[in-house]
Amino acid sequence: MTYPNTFRYTREHEWLQVEGAIGTVGITDYAQNSLGDIVFVDAPKVGDTVEAGKVFGSVESVKAVSDLYSPVSGTVTAVNQELVTAPEKINTEPHQAWIIKVQMSNPSEADALLSSADYEKFIAEETHA
Amino acid sequence: MVTKTVTVTNATDSPGKQAPFVGNRSKVSSHISQNEGLIFEKSSPGKKAYRLAPLDVPAIDPHIVLGEQVREDLGLLPEVSEIEIIRHFTRLSTWNYAIDLGMYPLGSCTMKYNPRVNEMVARLEGIADAHPYQPESLSQGAMRVMWMLQECLKEITGMEAITLQPAAGAHGEFTGILLVRAYHESKGNPRKKILIPDSAHGTNPATAAICGYQVQNLKSNSHGMVDLAELEHLVDDETAALMLTNPSTIGVFESEIHKIADVLHSKGALLYMDGANMNALVGKTRPGDFGVDVMHLNLHKTFSTPHGGGGPGSGPVACKKILEPFLPTPILVEKSDNTLTFNYDRPQSVGRVRMFYGNYGMFVRALAYILANGPDGLRQTTEDAVLNANYIRAKLEDVYELPYKTPTLHEVVFSDRRQSRNGVKTGDIAKRLIDYGFHPYTTSFPMIVAGALMIEPTESESKEELDQFIDAMRQIAREADENPEIILHAPHATRVSRMDEVAAARKPVLRWKPDASSESPAPETAVSEKTPPLVPATPAKEY
Amino acid sequence: MRYLPKSPSDREAMLKEIGVSTIGDLFQSIPAEYRLTGDLNIPPQMGEQEIVNLFRSAADRNANGYASFLGAGAYRHYRPVVIDALVQRGEFLTSYTPYQAEISQGTLQAIFEFQTMICELTGMEIANASMYDGSTGAAESVMMAARVTRRSHMVVAGTVHPEYREVLRTYAQHQGLTKHRVGYGADGRVDMKALEAAITDQTACVLIQSPNFFGVIEDVAAIADLAHAKGALLIVSIAEALSLGIVRPPTEADIVSIEAQSFGVAISYGGPYCGVLACKEKFIRQMPGRLTGATVDQNGRRGFVLTLSTREQHIRREKATSNICTNQALVALMTCIYLTIYGKAGMRELAEQNLAKTHYASQTLAAIPGSKLLFANSPRFNEFVLETAEAPEAINARLLQQKMIGGLPLSAWYPELKHASLWCATEQNSRAQIDAAAAIIAGKHVPALAYV
Repeated sequence: MTYPNTFRYTREHEWLQVEGAIGTVGITDYAQNSLGDIVFVDAPKVGDTVEAGKVFGSVESVKAVSDLYSPVSGTVTAVNQELVTAPEKINTEPHQAWIIKVQMSNPSEADALLSSADYEKFIAEETHA
Repeated sequence: MVTKTVTVTNATDSPGKQAPFVGNRSKVSSHISQNEGLIFEKSSPGKKAYRLAPLDVPAIDPHIVLGEQVREDLGLLPEVSEIEIIRHFTRLSTWNYAIDLGMYPLGSCTMKYNPRVNEMVARLEGIADAHPYQPESLSQGAMRVMWMLQECLKEITGMEAITLQPAAGAHGEFTGILLVRAYHESKGNPRKKILIPDSAHGTNPATAAICGYQVQNLKSNSHGMVDLAELEHLVDDETAALMLTNPSTIGVFESEIHKIADVLHSKGALLYMDGANMNALVGKTRPGDFGVDVMHLNLHKTFSTPHGGGGPGSGPVACKKILEPFLPTPILVEKSDNTLTFNYDRPQSVGRVRMFYGNYGMFVRALAYILANGPDGLRQTTEDAVLNANYIRAKLEDVYELPYKTPTLHEVVFSDRRQSRNGVKTGDIAKRLIDYGFHPYTTSFPMIVAGALMIEPTESESKEELDQFIDAMRQIAREADENPEIILHAPHATRVSRMDEVAAARKPVLRWKPDASSESPAPETAVSEKTPPLVPATPAKEY
Repeated sequence: MRYLPKSPSDREAMLKEIGVSTIGDLFQSIPAEYRLTGDLNIPPQMGEQEIVNLFRSAADRNANGYASFLGAGAYRHYRPVVIDALVQRGEFLTSYTPYQAEISQGTLQAIFEFQTMICELTGMEIANASMYDGSTGAAESVMMAARVTRRSHMVVAGTVHPEYREVLRTYAQHQGLTKHRVGYGADGRVDMKALEAAITDQTACVLIQSPNFFGVIEDVAAIADLAHAKGALLIVSIAEALSLGIVRPPTEADIVSIEAQSFGVAISYGGPYCGVLACKEKFIRQMPGRLTGATVDQNGRRGFVLTLSTREQHIRREKATSNICTNQALVALMTCIYLTIYGKAGMRELAEQNLAKTHYASQTLAAIPGSKLLFANSPRFNEFVLETAEAPEAINARLLQQKMIGGLPLSAWYPELKHASLWCATEQNSRAQIDAAAAIIAGKHVPALAYV
């Protein structure tokens, strides 16, 4: 799967899509692949604040839990309700199945994230490590 | 011994090639496996499995006593006859593997023989019927059993004080760390963190957290042991204790244990020992002698009380004198006239961790086990447990990768590194072992070994059973090279095949409902062949 | 040693295969200074007969053959023999936690049935596979409520079993939870005015017991309203689970914590028993303990697995919902068999017998001059508080001479209840026992063992 070059990426394998002051957050194909079948997404509530680099939720497979790290800081404006009943969307369409939308308090934080090319390089290194 | 070859029907034959290796299962053959629905599916109004004695006092209208609190209906509780109950649960039982059927080499679980005399004495009238609040004058027998067990366990561990109250190992950890905390509080500072090696059981960090401590991870060195330099670096005035499993989860005795204790004690920190692996030490060495301040025991591991499909356990906590004032209330004391009494007046106690006195029935069983062994039997037991593990190690290390070459005691940990080149992982080998008539070992634990196979045979296995196990493991290793498919879809010989755990977790069905067609998966009769094979789940510890 | 399946020559052969000459060589990793050189100082090896005799003599020094009116968290109910016949099958007795589903379907299906029965009994949507006991279950419920609500204040009824409250205190002390204890009124139930005042918008939960420690049934619906009005959860602890055969289930609760010992589990001097948590399905992610779920195998055949284990310590480690690992599986199986034996009709019939015996006992004992039934007009199941002219200890001493164990004196826990004791009458208490106890309390002469 290709990593959209319009997205930015974290080293913890989240992606961020920026539209104005709203950032949309999901996890990458690489992340879903290493987690396996996702059975549950623990997301914050609308109105909660998230902080760049801090845990905002988790995704679970049958026998593993992975924390989710927010790429940016801000306030949660939307949570993807579809994932409540169909968490497998993250497996089938990782780059469409967003988890939260954030009203960014400091949009410049996105600049510090990886580009798609850098992210692909990063995961290539992780795989070989 | 009758040896029977069982042909596996779905082994893939590729034309033009020699048929792939399918193994020769000498231990098992298929046995009667009956279909049996849920008990609710057998229920029919009017069937009964009870008859009460006639009421010898006037009956009373429940509404007079309870008013509007009367329950009108008991919902879906079953209505069946006695023979149906016997058959139902007997049939279910035949779907379980058990120690009584064969070797159960779950690492860190110590699945040893559960002597039947233990069950008999725990059910004696006067013991099974003793009420926890009956007068102490009429409980001296029950209390004496507790006292004898306490004395034996103190001697076995080399400790000075003990509580039998905790209900299981994790509950013992909780109690032990509460003692640590109370001790530090009595010195003015509860301290902030507990050190836990990366090889530890998951209960250790979970316990530290519920006792209000931060968990600090301690990396193991290349021998799988505590890295002393790292320990010295991490221990400071805010370290409350190190929670150490000794021998460790790879079966290795911490040979520098006295230095570990010294490092901790020099900073005022304590050494907690997780006694899960005590079956490697009983009668050969004593934690109290090598610097441990507080530890728990698992009576359901080392001392032969039955695991019962997941419990009950019992997790006594033994400690040094410095921690004695903090033990849970009540404690048992012997009076000058040799009678026993419970002392509740313990101002420094951490409080109760359980109502009454603990899982008393397990005390009876554990004491019966200790008495059946005596000092010589316990020592021989430990020696045999270590002998068995080392025998397996010697007989399998040429086919399975041994990540730590350090000498091991009661268990041995291999990795699936060689087999995983053919896509065969520890969880798959474990499932294939079922076809050969053995319960799997512990998979994917400890976490310091990628793809771990953690094997603890215990002392209860004869040389013949061990040889069959070794033979099975060697055959599976060959299958992994020549016919990995057969392993990836194992087990083949069981009543049910691999379960769809993903579906179970995504749409949990945790109880039966009468409209089963929409709520829960189809009963036995509707067997569809279409469900695709499952991808093996991300490995996690299974023990 | 008779449990060890090896001959000396087996051991020799195995040592040779390993490549060492003595067993001592395998223990070289233990520093010499810590190796034991002699025997442990414990009793010598005993034969089976000696062991049985030893425990028989211990049993004989207990209250063997006494009539008893004790309850207070450990209830004397008849145990059908089928229970022990089944749970002593090696396949149940000697198996581990059912992690390997393909060879553990027996245990898994039985747990699934158990979970279903607990849901039916409590009116809750889900139930777990068991906790250690009622006291730790209540404590775990409170911690669960704190996680669900993200609040840290708890309100606890003073009519919850005192030892449960002690355990709760131990569990809560390092969780940053603050506690408010609410007393009881003249009716022996939670003081509703005090309760209403105690619940704030920081309250995570209200913990009550019903039937409470005095045997009185609480007004669960009204208490639930007070808790829910402030966004707090209601936890109902049930120590006498047989009450559910006749008492309306606490459906208004958010979490129900049961001690299921009454369902065919031997009293056994206080354990092992069987705690179990049941709750609304929406709290499932915060529920501690194992859960069994239904699913299908690769061929579409129904089967059962342990599920939602990401909540548990072996995966989530320090972030787990609880550190619980081993639970009370075999005891849960006993209760499952018991509930199957009595079933829908028998549970009701048995509960009605307990109600009748208790009504008779309470009326008979209260009729003794100088005696009084406390909380007389409140609904109760099979326990009652009797106030006597004499100190209960003196009465009990007289009863003991006639091989009877009287009620539990309450003043140690409730100093205001001076001369009061907690009595329990079950289907195990005959009318003759009750009449004899009344006569002895009244100071009449009763011929020895006449009540049996």
